[in-house]
Formats: sequence, C-alpha cells, structure tokens
Amino acid sequence: MARIIVVTSGKGGVGKTTTSAAISMGLAKKGHKTAVIDFDVGLRNLDLIMGCERRVIYDLVNVINNEASLNQALIKDKRCDKLYILPASQTRDKDALTLEGVGKILEALSEDFEYIICDSPAGIEKGAHLAMYFADDAFVVTNPEVASVRDSDRMLGILASKSRRAENNEEPIREYLLLSRYSPERVKLGEMLSVEDVQEILSLNLLGVIPESKSVLNASNAGTPVILDEKSDAGQAYADIIDRYLGVNKPHRFIEEEKKGLFNKLFRGK
Amino acid sequence: MSTDSSAISTQKTVIEFKSSTFVVPAIIIHSADLTQIGDSINHKIKQTPEFFKNSPVLIDIQNLSTKQVSLNLASLLKLIRATTLIPIALRGGTAEQNQLALKSGLFIQSLQATLDADKSLQAIPTMQHTVSAVIITDTAHSPIRTDRRKVKSSAAISKIVTSPVRSGQRLYSEGDLIIMAHVSAGAEIMAEGNIHVYGSLRGRALAGVMGKTESRIFCTDCQAELISIAGNYKVTDDLDPTMQHKPVQIYLQDQALIIKEL
Ligand SMILES: Nc1ncnc2c1ncn2[C@@H]1O[C@H](COP(=O)(O)OP(=O)(O)OP(=O)(O)O)[C@@H](O)[C@H]1O
Ligand SMILES: [Mg+2]
Repeated sequence: MARIIVVTSGKGGVGKTTTSAAISMGLAKKGHKTAVIDFDVGLRNLDLIMGCERRVIYDLVNVINNEASLNQALIKDKRCDKLYILPASQTRDKDALTLEGVGKILEALSEDFEYIICDSPAGIEKGAHLAMYFADDAFVVTNPEVASVRDSDRMLGILASKSRRAENNEEPIREYLLLSRYSPERVKLGEMLSVEDVQEILSLNLLGVIPESKSVLNASNAGTPVILDEKSDAGQAYADIIDRYLGVNKPHRFIEEEKKGLFNKLFRGK
Repeated sequence: MSTDSSAISTQKTVIEFKSSTFVVPAIIIHSADLTQIGDSINHKIKQTPEFFKNSPVLIDIQNLSTKQVSLNLASLLKLIRATTLIPIALRGGTAEQNQLALKSGLFIQSLQATLDADKSLQAIPTMQHTVSAVIITDTAHSPIRTDRRKVKSSAAISKIVTSPVRSGQRLYSEGDLIIMAHVSAGAEIMAEGNIHVYGSLRGRALAGVMGKTESRIFCTDCQAELISIAGNYKVTDDLDPTMQHKPVQIYLQDQALIIKEL
C-alpha cells in the first residue's frame, strides 16, 4: 500500500510544484518507488520542472477517460529509475477530473508504488479538492506572509473535514508545515512573518524551512528538481525534509541569518 | 399634543416595548408529502421530547418553493399544531402561502433578513442541529452537515475537540464545547451550553445558541472576532481592548455581555 501525500497550500505560487518535484525525487533517491501526479489540469507545470515535458504523450485525463492505460501515461524519470511522473493535460478543462476517476488511478498506483505525491493546484476548488481527497499526509506549503498563512489555515480546515479520511471517520490526515521562500533578513526587517509567528497561527508539525533561493529558479530553468543541486541551500533544505519525513531527527536550519563572512563584513562596515 | 405627552409621562408604565432576541429552531421542509413530514417530525420529537415541548418553530419551505413543488400549507400547519410544536413563522413561501400564514397568525420571516442574520449571528439554528452531536462544515461550500448518530437521551452531550478549529470550519455541540487547541480567525464554534477554549480564540464563539442565557464562554487567550451568548453578541470593535490576549470569561448579566479577566 502506498502512502499518498498531497502538496497543497490554498494560495497560488507559494512553491507547491517546486516542492512536489523535490520531494518525489528525494524519496525516489532513497530507494522508494514514487509516483508524482500533476493535478493542475490546464496549467501543466510539473513536467517542465521535472524536465520531461518533451516526453509527455498521454496525461491524467487520458487515463481517467480510458484513452490510455496508466502505464502508457506514466513517464519514467531519466535520472532515477524509482521515479515516475503522471503529467496533467494542458488543453483540457478542469471538469475532466472526477473523484471516481482519480480514486481508481490512485488505487491502481497504490499497488506497486510506495509513495504517491499529488501536486495540487492553487485554490480550494475542485482540482485542489481532488488532489487532497485521498491523501494520507499533507505537506502544507506556506510562505511567511499573512495571506499565505490564512489560506493554509483554511486548507487545513478542509483537510480536516472534507477528505476521505474525515468522511469515513478514520484517523485524520497527518499535516506537516513546509515554510518556503523564507528569508531571515526580511524577517528581521519586519517584512516577513517569522517561524514563530506562523506557528502561532497554524500550530503544525514543522517539517522544514526552505530558504528563498536563486537555486530554485536555476533548477526549474534546467528542468532539474532542486534537491539534486546538493550544494544549494534549498536543495539541502529539501533533503532535510525527506530525512525528517522518513523519521531521522535533524535540527532545523535556514531559520537564522547566516553569519557573514569576512568579505561581507568588509563591505558592510563601509 | 404637549399636554397629552406629559400626561402619559406622568402615568405609571403599563407597557414597554423593548427589543429582544430569542432563538427559534427552524424546521426545513424538503418534501410536500404530509404523511412523510408528520412521521419525521414525530420521530424527531420522540428523540428529545423535552426539547420540543411547546417549542416555537419557524417553518422554512424555501426548498419547495424554489423547486416549485406545491405544498398544502393549511394542512401542514394543522399537522404541526397537532404535535407539541408551535409554528410561529413562515420563511420562503409564495405570496399566496404568505397570505395564508399571516391569516393563521404566523409572521413572515423574509429570506434576506434571515440570510443576514445567519451570516452575522447564526441566530436561527436549523432543526437539524438539535439531533446532531457535532457538526463540522465548511461555511463556503455546504450547509450544515449533520452527524446522524442517534442521541441517546435528551441530556446535553458535551464535545471535546483536541485539534485546532481552522478558518472556515464550524463546530456545534448540543451541550458544552471544549476546545483544547486554538480557534482560528474565520472559524465558528457554537454550543447550546458553555464554551471553553484552552488556546487562542481568534474566531467566533457563540454559546447558549438555543437561548440558554446562563451559558458562559471561557478562553485562555481572547482575540475573538465575535462572541455571543444566547443571541447577545459583540464583535471585535465592541470588545474592550484591554481584555485582548487575556484569559477571560464572558457571561450575560441583565442582557449585557460582561467580559472579565480570569
Ligand atoms: N525557495 C524558493 N526560493 C525562490 N523562489 C522560489 C522558491 N520556491 C518557489 N520559488 C519560485 O516561486 C514560483 C512559484 O513556484 P511553484 O510553481 O513551485 O509554486 P506553486 O505553488 O506550484 O504555484 P501554483 O499555485 O501556480 O501551482 C516559481 O517561479 C518558483 O521558481
Ligand atoms: Mg504548481
């Protein structure tokens, strides 16, 4: 039985797709057979960040409509043979997705995958609902700003009341906070909420803080999940997140301002 | 004119008009089949007979009106009056039905007024509330969802919640409601009895929603958007700012909400 993880947020543009790409690659690199599904029908984004956009032939909607088999639609990653991508369609409208269709796909995937990552679209409408409905775990991606935190809170309410687990009175979805695009400098300037500020509102299990990092843009331009850039801060942050999720106790990083090197000090002192 | 008014003012007060609030359960009709309606009402009453003894009700037939299902209102009134319920108002009827209701001594609750009241206060809990132990819904998407677990007795059941109540969620308890986590801004918690929040209360808290004026609200960190006891409410702007972020209790004294530090 696979563990289904939804990467969700409510608010758009906070780093869900970046996170989905990174954690699916991270889990696969640890040897776990992992599938990552793009639920953002109409926008199709994940395949670009995964660097497999040219290999997309069939998509999620084709499988739901029985126009292609699951095996035909799954794209095997070229860097890691434990990782498969199920892309979204760019052309179809959102109504193509059905709860029954999604349920069937997840059930079929559950048979030979260990982890299934669902990259949710923004918002709290149908697409986001379908992405979270069958989840066992939720990675709630939040940026340190009021609107994002509020939307995450709203999404958490939906996770707690509108998921399959909630409706069947089962053990609730396990919720984790991923605080992304964090900049200690801007927190210090009062331009961003701090980890504590966010936690005061959300009180969630913090899985990791991902710093605001140029490496994310570089990675997505190159079509490589940022976790493969092992030297980058964001890549390391996601690697820590995978470890913590798999039960390794690692202290949090990227929360404090980095100590300035001599070079910086010289120029700062001016 | 002036003599008249002075004459009145010196007289002893015979009557007084005062605004008052009270809470009435609404009975929402989904079918025009009178036998079915009769059966369901009697079934509900049997579950909590004390509660429905001489209880006034508002009859909501909006569902039927929008579906253009015709209903014999006269027979429905007769049917309800034969139970322990007292119909006092009609909501969502056609012009003809409203006429009939007025003639039968009911007042007409306008839908707009109800919508506003529902938004600001949840002043009129539906009858569905009364048989549910707890309700969790998403305000933006669906009406109250009821948990149809059968209530064992008419004794109030208190509800303990250990996880945070998130923005957009609504919780309802027939008895006391005890929250051992925070209540987010945009969340709504309602109880027929008392409310306890061991954490920050940033959303709305409504105690005594069925009219129990002795209900109280207790919280360890008050930042509420709205508090209400038996329909008497205050919003953030009316709340004493010195009570913000403090452990407080809130109760009703002579129709006024009192907020006191614990
Ligand atoms: N840690 C980060 N540092 C810097 N930029 C980031 C970081 N994470 C994400 N971004 C950038 O933010 C933008 C949005 O990221 P992404 O597409 O992952 O968000 P999303 O939540 O999936 O958006 P949508 O809601 O549109 O699906 C992208 O341009 C991405 O490069
Ligand atoms: Mg995305």
